[in-house]
Amino acid sequence: MTRDAASRRRWRDAPLALAMLAPSLIVLGAFVLYPLARAFWLGHQRCDPTGANCRSNGWDQYLDVFRSEEFQQAFGVTFRFAVLTVPVGLALGVGLAVLADKQLRGMGFFRTVFSSTVATSVAVASLMWFFLLNPSVGVLADWIGGVAKNPGLLQDEDTALWAVAISSIWANLGFTFIVVTAGLQSIPADLYESAYVDGASGWMRFTNVTLPMLGPTLLFAGVVLTSRAFQSYGEFDLLTGGGPNGSTTSLTYLVYGNNSIIKNNSGLQAAVAVLLFAVLLVLSLAQIRGVERRVHYGN
Amino acid sequence: MSYCAPVAAVRLTSLTKTFDGVMAVDGVSLDIADHDFMILLGPSGCGKSTLLRMIAGLEDPTSGDVAIGDVRVNDVEPKERDVAMVFQSYALYPHKTVQANIEFPLKVRGVAKMERAEEARRAAATLGLTEFLDRKPGQLSGGQRQRVALARAIVRRPAVFCMDEPLSNLDAKLRGETRAELVALHARLASTFVYVTHDQVEAMTMGTHVAVMSRGRLEQVGTPQEVYARPASVFVAQFIGTPPMNVLPVGVVLDRNVLVGIRPEHLELDPSSTVRTTVTLVEHLGHETLVHARLGDTSVVVRLDAIEAAPSVGDDVGLTFPEQHLHLFDPETTRRVDG
Amino acid sequence: MATSTMPRGWRLAGRYTLLIVLTIVVLFPIWVMLVGALKPGNKVLQDPLLPTHVTFDTLREAWRDGNLGRALVNSTIVALIVTVAQVVTAVLSAYAFAFLRFPGRTFVFGVFLATLLVPFEATVVVNRSTVQDLGWLNSYQGLAVPFLATAFGTFLVRQVFLTLPKDLREAARMDGLGHLGFLREVAVPLARPTLGALALFGFLSTWNQYLWPTTISTDDDWNTVQSGLRALAQAQIDKPNLVIAGTVIVALPIFVILLVFQRQLVRGLTAGAVKG
Repeated sequence: MTRDAASRRRWRDAPLALAMLAPSLIVLGAFVLYPLARAFWLGHQRCDPTGANCRSNGWDQYLDVFRSEEFQQAFGVTFRFAVLTVPVGLALGVGLAVLADKQLRGMGFFRTVFSSTVATSVAVASLMWFFLLNPSVGVLADWIGGVAKNPGLLQDEDTALWAVAISSIWANLGFTFIVVTAGLQSIPADLYESAYVDGASGWMRFTNVTLPMLGPTLLFAGVVLTSRAFQSYGEFDLLTGGGPNGSTTSLTYLVYGNNSIIKNNSGLQAAVAVLLFAVLLVLSLAQIRGVERRVHYGN
Repeated sequence: MSYCAPVAAVRLTSLTKTFDGVMAVDGVSLDIADHDFMILLGPSGCGKSTLLRMIAGLEDPTSGDVAIGDVRVNDVEPKERDVAMVFQSYALYPHKTVQANIEFPLKVRGVAKMERAEEARRAAATLGLTEFLDRKPGQLSGGQRQRVALARAIVRRPAVFCMDEPLSNLDAKLRGETRAELVALHARLASTFVYVTHDQVEAMTMGTHVAVMSRGRLEQVGTPQEVYARPASVFVAQFIGTPPMNVLPVGVVLDRNVLVGIRPEHLELDPSSTVRTTVTLVEHLGHETLVHARLGDTSVVVRLDAIEAAPSVGDDVGLTFPEQHLHLFDPETTRRVDG
Repeated sequence: MATSTMPRGWRLAGRYTLLIVLTIVVLFPIWVMLVGALKPGNKVLQDPLLPTHVTFDTLREAWRDGNLGRALVNSTIVALIVTVAQVVTAVLSAYAFAFLRFPGRTFVFGVFLATLLVPFEATVVVNRSTVQDLGWLNSYQGLAVPFLATAFGTFLVRQVFLTLPKDLREAARMDGLGHLGFLREVAVPLARPTLGALALFGFLSTWNQYLWPTTISTDDDWNTVQSGLRALAQAQIDKPNLVIAGTVIVALPIFVILLVFQRQLVRGLTAGAVKG
C-alpha cells in the first residue's frame, strides 16, 4: 500500500514531463542525434567516384580520410584560420572594451559603434570585404597596391587566408566587445579602488585586476570564437571559393563547398563531417576542463 | 464559500514521514479542535514544519492519516483541502500587484472578477493594506509583505490556516505588534490556526494550545499555562522559559531517585540555608538580575527582581528550594513523575 | 609610470582620439558599402569614399535582380516561426527539468547536454537528405523545422526556473494552481527578460543562417536573405556595386532591430559567460 503510493508519486509527473519534453526531444533527436549517428555510419561506406553504389567495407575509410592529403591540408587551413582570428579578435575586443568602459561623455555612442558588427551576417560581412578588397574597384586594394592590385589579396595563395581572417575578425568584433564589456562591468569597483590606493599605475591595474578578473569571460569568448572559426563556411564560400589552389579550403568547405573534390561522394563527406565533430569535441572537452580549473580563479 | 461545513477540526493519527530513510516525523497523533490556535513549537529540525506541510498537503505522509473536519485528506490535493498557508518567505508573486496577489486564490477558483476584487479589498482593509493595493511586493517593507501574505490567505476564508514561522523575518518591534494582530485575527475568523514556530514567546502569547516537539515526536500538548506550569518532560521544561529551568542531577537535593527541576524565579536566596553555593556570574538585565552559582558539580541560575540586593561574584550564598515549585522527572525516561 | 604623471586632460584627449580613430576603422567597411550602394554602376571608381552622384537606382536594381523582396519575406517568416517555437519548446522542456520529478530525468538531461557538443555543420550532410526525403526542399518547413528546439534555450530557461523560490511553487499549489497554471501565471512572467533575450538570439541566428538555406533552397523563390545575397553575388560577379547594394538591403533591417533591442542582445550573448 505504502509502496504503491510511493511508486505512484514517482510516476505521477511522468506523463506531463513526457508531453513537455516531446517537442524538443523529437526535434533534437531527428536533426541532431540521428544525423550524427547516421553520418557516422555513412562515413565508413565507400562510394564510387560518381557518388553512387556506396557499400560497407570495414571502417578504415576514416583512417584513409584522416591520412589523406586533402584532409590534412583542410585541417591545416582551419587550424591556421583559428590561430589567425581568435587571439587577435580577443585582444581587439578587450582593447576596445577597456577604452570604452570609463563612465565618460559619449561612451554610449562608442559602445554602439563597437557592438555594431554583431548585426552583420557572415554573408553581409564577407561581401563587404569582398567589395573593399576587390582588385578592380576595391578601395583597400587601391591603397595597398602590389599584390592587392594584382592578382588581389583574395586571389593570391599566400594572402588569401589572411584576408579572409581579417574579414572574420571584423565580423566577430561586435560579439567579443559586448561579452568583454559585460565582463568588465561585473568587476567590483572596490578592487580598482584598492589597487589605486595601493599606488598601482593604469597598466598595473589592467594586468593585476582587469585581466585576471576577466579570466572566465575571456575563456567563454575564446571558446565561442574558436568553435566559430572551426565551423566557418560562408566566408570561404563567398570570398575565395576555397581557392586559390586549396589555400582556403577549410574542413567545412571540403564537405560542403561547390568546388570541393568530394562534392558528390556522400561517404567521404560524412567521414569528414564526423572528423570535424571529433575535432570540435576534443576542443570542447579541453575547454570545459579549462573552465573547471578557472572557475575559482574568477571568483 | 468553503466546500464543507466550517467544522475545521484537524486530526492526525500516527503520522510518520521519512526522507530517504531519515525520520522527520515519528508517529505523531494530535487532535486540533475547531477554531483552535495550535502552536507547533520546537527547535529547528524537530519535524514541526514537516508536520504542518503534511496538514497543508505539501508533503505526503509515509504512513498515518491526516483528517480535516472528519474527512481523511491524505490523497486530497492541497487546493481541495480548504487550507491556506503563510510561508516564512511570504512567497508573494513578485510580478503581480498587491491586489492581484490577494485575489489570486479566488481567480484560480473561478470567482467572478467583480466579486474577487471586492473580497480582496475587504481582506486588504482588514490588514491595513488599502493604500498599497497597486504596488508590487518589491516596493513594500517586510511587515507589509507579511500582511499581504496574510491577506492572500484569509481572502479564501479557509477552514484551516497554516503558518510557517511567519514572523521570523520581521524585526523585534514589528514582531511584537504582529503577534497581537494575529490573535485579533484569530478571534475574528472562524478558521482553525496551526502555527509553527521555534519562538517560545510567540507560543506563550498567541496559542490556545501548544504542541511541543522534539526529534520528530510530540513531547507535550496543552495550554501555554499547562506546558509552562507542568512540563511533561525535561525537554519541555528546559525549552520553555527564559532562562531555562534548572534541572539538577539525581540525589543532590532530595534523597529520591529523580531529576529535580526548579525555575530560576522560584529559587530563593537564604543566608540560613544549608545548601551552599558559590556565585560565578551576575547579569544585571535592568528589570531582573540573573545570578549564576556553582552547586556541587552543576550550575544553577537564580532570578532576582531588580530591587533585590544582588550578591557579588565569589560570594558564598545559601539557596532554598520551595517544595511546591519542584518538578520531578524520571532519570531514565526524562518524563515527569509527580503526576 | 609615464601615464600617471601625464596631466589628466591630455590623457582624456588621448583616449578620445584613440576612440575616434578606432570608430573610423570599425565603421570604414560599412561606410564604403553605403557609398558604393548609392552610386550608379558607371561611377563606382569615382570618389569611393564620398557619396557623390547619389542615386537609388542601384538599390532598386539589386532589389529586383536578387528577388530580395521575396527573400526578406521568407527570412522574416522563417525567423519568426523559429523564434516562437524555440521559446515555447525551451520553456516546456526547461519546466520539466526544473519542476517535475520523473524517472530518468538525469539521463534525459544528459542527452540534451550532449546535443550541445554536436556542431550543426557536422549534421548538414544527413539533414539535407532527411529534408529531401520529406519533400521539404524549397519550403518553409525545410528552412525552419530543424531549428524548432535547442538545448541552449532549454538550459538558459531552466537556469532561470531553478532560481525561483521553492515557496513560490508551493504557494501556488495552495492557491490551487496545477503545473500548467503555475507555468503560465508565474514561471513564464518571471522568466520574461530571459525569454526576450532568447527570442532575439534565436531570431538573429536564424536570420543570419548561411549554410542551411544555401543547401536546401535550390529555387530562387525559396531563398532567405543570406542565400539570396549569395545568388546575387554569383550572378552579378562583374557588377560589384549591385552586389554591395544588395548587401545594404539585407543588412539594414537587422541593424535597426539591434539598435532597438540592444539590451536583450547583450543579455542573450553573455548568458553563457555569466555561468563561467
